Amino acid sequence: MTISAEPTTEVVTSAVVPPSSPVKTPWSQRSGWLSQHLGTAIVGAVLGYVFGHWLGNYVASGYTYIANSGQNSIADALALIFMTFGWLLGIGALNYPLAKIVGRSAPEEVIAKGWTKYVRYSTDHKVVGMQYIVGVLLFLFTGGLLAMAIRTELLNPTTHVFSADTYIKIVSEHGTIMMMMATSIIVGPLGNYLVPLMIGARRMAFPRIEAFSFWVFIAGYMVIFSALPYGGFPTGWTGYAPLQTQAGPGMVSYLLGFAVIGLGMMAAGFNIAVTIINYRAPGMTWSRVPIFVWSLLATAALLTLATPVLFAGGLFGLLDKTAQTAFYVTEHGGSSFLWENLFWFFGHPEVYIMALPGFGIVGELIPVFCRKPLFAYKVAAAGMIGVALLSFFVWQHHLFQSGINPDMRPLFMLTTELISIPTGFIFLVGMGTLYRAKIRFEVPMLFCMAVFFNFLIGGITGVFLSDVPVNVTVHGGFFVLSHFHYTIMGGLLFAFMGGLYYWLPKMTGRMMNKKLGLVHFWTMLVFFNLTFFPMFIIGLLGQPRRVFTYAKNLQGLNDFSSVSAFLLGASFLVFLVNFMWSMYINPVMAPANPWDSLGLEWQTATPVPSYNFERIPVIMTDPYHYGEVGAPALADFGDGPPAPLGSSSTTGSDPA
Amino acid sequence: MSMRGRLATVIGLFLVAVALAGWGVVSFIRPGVPGGVMDFTQGHAAGQPVDLTAQTVGAIGFGPHPTWVSYLVKDPSTGKWVQDTTWKLPANSVIDMTILQYDSGSPLRNQEWGQVQGTIGGTATLNGTSYSAYNSNTGTGVGHTFTVPALGLSVPLIGVNSSDSVCGSAPCMTSSPHNTITFSFKTPGPGSYSWQCFVPCGLGYLFGNGGPMSTLNYMGGQLEVVQ
Amino acid sequence: MANENSTNETHHLRNITVIWLILSVIVDLLFWFLVGPHVPPGTMTSSAKGNQFDFTFLCLMALPVLIGVWVYMGYAIRIWSAKRPGAEEPMTGPNARTNKTAQVSWIVITSVAVLFLAGFGTVELVISQGSGGGEGPNPIWTPPGATKAEAAALTPKASWSANSNQVLTVQVIAQQWKFTYRYPQFGGFETTQLVLPANTNIAFNVTSLDVIHSFWAYQLDVKADANPQQNDVAFTQTKQLGSFTVRCSELCGIWHGTMFNSGKVVSEAAFMSWAQSTEQANAQNTADLPPFAWTYVPDANGAAGGYYTDGNVTPYSTVEIYGSKQSAP
Repeated sequence: MTISAEPTTEVVTSAVVPPSSPVKTPWSQRSGWLSQHLGTAIVGAVLGYVFGHWLGNYVASGYTYIANSGQNSIADALALIFMTFGWLLGIGALNYPLAKIVGRSAPEEVIAKGWTKYVRYSTDHKVVGMQYIVGVLLFLFTGGLLAMAIRTELLNPTTHVFSADTYIKIVSEHGTIMMMMATSIIVGPLGNYLVPLMIGARRMAFPRIEAFSFWVFIAGYMVIFSALPYGGFPTGWTGYAPLQTQAGPGMVSYLLGFAVIGLGMMAAGFNIAVTIINYRAPGMTWSRVPIFVWSLLATAALLTLATPVLFAGGLFGLLDKTAQTAFYVTEHGGSSFLWENLFWFFGHPEVYIMALPGFGIVGELIPVFCRKPLFAYKVAAAGMIGVALLSFFVWQHHLFQSGINPDMRPLFMLTTELISIPTGFIFLVGMGTLYRAKIRFEVPMLFCMAVFFNFLIGGITGVFLSDVPVNVTVHGGFFVLSHFHYTIMGGLLFAFMGGLYYWLPKMTGRMMNKKLGLVHFWTMLVFFNLTFFPMFIIGLLGQPRRVFTYAKNLQGLNDFSSVSAFLLGASFLVFLVNFMWSMYINPVMAPANPWDSLGLEWQTATPVPSYNFERIPVIMTDPYHYGEVGAPALADFGDGPPAPLGSSSTTGSDPA
Repeated sequence: MSMRGRLATVIGLFLVAVALAGWGVVSFIRPGVPGGVMDFTQGHAAGQPVDLTAQTVGAIGFGPHPTWVSYLVKDPSTGKWVQDTTWKLPANSVIDMTILQYDSGSPLRNQEWGQVQGTIGGTATLNGTSYSAYNSNTGTGVGHTFTVPALGLSVPLIGVNSSDSVCGSAPCMTSSPHNTITFSFKTPGPGSYSWQCFVPCGLGYLFGNGGPMSTLNYMGGQLEVVQ
Repeated sequence: MANENSTNETHHLRNITVIWLILSVIVDLLFWFLVGPHVPPGTMTSSAKGNQFDFTFLCLMALPVLIGVWVYMGYAIRIWSAKRPGAEEPMTGPNARTNKTAQVSWIVITSVAVLFLAGFGTVELVISQGSGGGEGPNPIWTPPGATKAEAAALTPKASWSANSNQVLTVQVIAQQWKFTYRYPQFGGFETTQLVLPANTNIAFNVTSLDVIHSFWAYQLDVKADANPQQNDVAFTQTKQLGSFTVRCSELCGIWHGTMFNSGKVVSEAAFMSWAQSTEQANAQNTADLPPFAWTYVPDANGAAGGYYTDGNVTPYSTVEIYGSKQSAP
């Protein structure tokens, strides 16, 4: 059995496609509106929601604490669970596994033509990549609007735009949506789209799991967004218990939202790791794997290993909130430290899930624009793996002042500071590549340089935070807030933008407008720094996080930060205008290789054919031979022997 | 589609997105204070005390959360009971406050809040009798407190006997059993000061501090003190 | 060719190093003299003073790193730009891919710096008795006399007198949404005011009656999370008179933003008279409170039927309960 994304045009693999001549096309395989697509997914979600809510009310409305509080979190939880289930059923994600469970032959996913493939359950990694772009932008802009609301409230220490409960609800929703976005913003769109192209494969290892990870990601958006109509949750994105146990039904959306998103993270991570390990083209040895792929491998390992902890922790919280268990409630035998430990045991690897793909993009892009090989490739790869490993041993630095065992503090100070060694490798690699280069300052390159600028500040302030004595001053204040915005937004988001400007010509065949791109870059860089740098000072001057009132003498700095934040928001509108203008309204066709890249992904046709490579390339060397006269060709695309059956990465037994 | 058509499509979609976001703001993250601001500065002559009358009720009986415990305040211009906990008060003025306590009481979690603090004279009156502290472990207990942490003001509101037929839903009339608590305090300079109850009275929530205790217009609000 | 390359190399590296060195020295000196003395949160206590030094020291280490990378990037942008007329062709060959000297020295330098910082942080943490951070219920770095004061605090005979070098024990009780304070050496009275004597070792014992809060006395540079049923101890020594701000720095619900108050450091004599008069004024209320303990069992159910409908918490000890099951003394 192969999957339908397999190239039927290819002689070698078409032989294994079973002869299929069904008299009647099954419903799930039809194209057109009478089949499964976004519309049926929405119908499924609505029906699931209504059923779950009814069930919860039917079962639980008589429980004493529910009757007393007047809020039925059991009904809300069941509604969201059945909504997610209905959504996946409606889009067709469950056709294959359900058929397998009952022992029927599993239906193939239909390959739709034209734009409608983007609103379907598609097993083509390129379609999933494009779907993910829309998905992460949905998260990004929702979270961004909430950030504007936060900065509006902080314009004045005593005059309030939002009431106290609304403000905390906004802060919590902003943090959670952005964290969920950041786990997927590079892995989802660029990872799914580019990994097979960069390693010379025809598809991901598990195309259905890949599609599942995207649709579950969107279900996660609906679940976390439902917190707002449910009245929000008051805990911030860290969701500390027992406040989470005390909160209203919006908390259910948070706990379940992380569980749903977590499913997608685990699925995506597992899929990417297996793909990179098993689907590399012949000759793609570990020393020839592009550095972006290395970063995704490290990220995928973290996604696969760290997320289950969050998943379990969230379910414990959900049980506390609905079934009256007491994992996190001290008085009934639980512990408020349990959530803190579980959450940060996931949460700190999570931080590197949000940093490593950005490093990968930077490492991948700078050689192209420096016209020089990547410097210290092995150090870069080792650094990423080192960060991934160490990231599991640092989580208690979030708990330095929490009353943990006091002699744990020097240990976690040490591990935390150790992690800056492999993190520093990316600077060695970057600076070494810049050395005596011939730098082309295209928009993607500018974003990469900005990553070095921002992440340096973010990284160094991280050393301040890891120092236990200094941590007493800066923990829980605006200093740490600014620190992680510098790493996540200044690092990851800038890298994502660089990656988009760089790879969109490959993904869509259309160039982003350079002038608008420059406006976008400079406004984003300047106003990002003007927004967040003052927050270091605000934090040092004693403003805690997540407060709607602050000391009067901090108003000047807060106002400066707020106004800059609004302009930073405007720079995202510039991006949006550029994106819509260049991709849809007035597209300019891109040259086949606009950046003169040597990467494998640029060596195939644009638009990328559904089978990616006509023949599986045989990789001859690494993709960084910039500026080298007489450098060997990257790969043998056709003259070499066609991939024999069984040895090529695309023709194993079907694992999905 | 022509370029103009595509442009129009994008602008149309953008407007739809803006409308959706606007709807989201209005519906879910509405700015300002739900229920508005009760203004006690209208027609207030400088130097004159302000009369403020409020009541507490065990279950509000209407709105999205009918089972929740709540404060209500008497609108100074119409004399009607309104569920609103954001009060605009004149700065540097004496506020003569009367609270009609219709809810039953219980021991306080922290007896510290059994003391009358920060009022003029350091006392309050319960049905005409002056008191400065109340042991909540005895008698009918404390139903709620009226506490403005930033002003150091805290008054325990002694609960009614729960065996009496306690008023079930707001607004309660004086024919129901109630305690009348009066006290006076002086407002500081302009600013925004939060007030809350320190009795964990949110039924069905962990530590009793969720629900009405964590939602504006029930058991907490703001004093907007203006010049 | 090889000669020209190596000349170029020394020339670039020399330029960058010289610019970096000059700028670093200037900026570090400026920082040390102009900013250093004003680094928040000041020098009101031993922990504030120690942490101010640590912060300044880390800045002096960090600024050259920042400047190094920025100078390097600026130099690259200026000199190695493809747009610059006469820009030389990029360096190629094996040296463009790896350079053992550069790689090894980078790794060695960063490792040494990082290990030094970890050691520095540990030493500073130990010699400052925990730097004002919460050390949990069993602190291991304590000022002299702290253990004795802790043991005494639980007895009704506990006392504190001015100019005696005794550790003052202050219990911080966090509750939604206010800190209250108990003074076990003065009969265990509870108050909403935090007043401290100058030149005294203070042991803050932080606990919570409900969710997690964090006690942050900003100018004192003390920060300790308040967890339900846990005693989180933090030490500092007051140095200067004045007032300070206390804020909650762990999100604890709707009024987290207004959970602040100000406290005062006063002379030992003034503190003594404040404490004694408050003890007297609050005597009635103190009698109604549960006896002083390190932690209290809050009544999880709230006033009248809470979340857990299985009924009441079985307390470890009847005397430690704050809440509805506290019987009249």
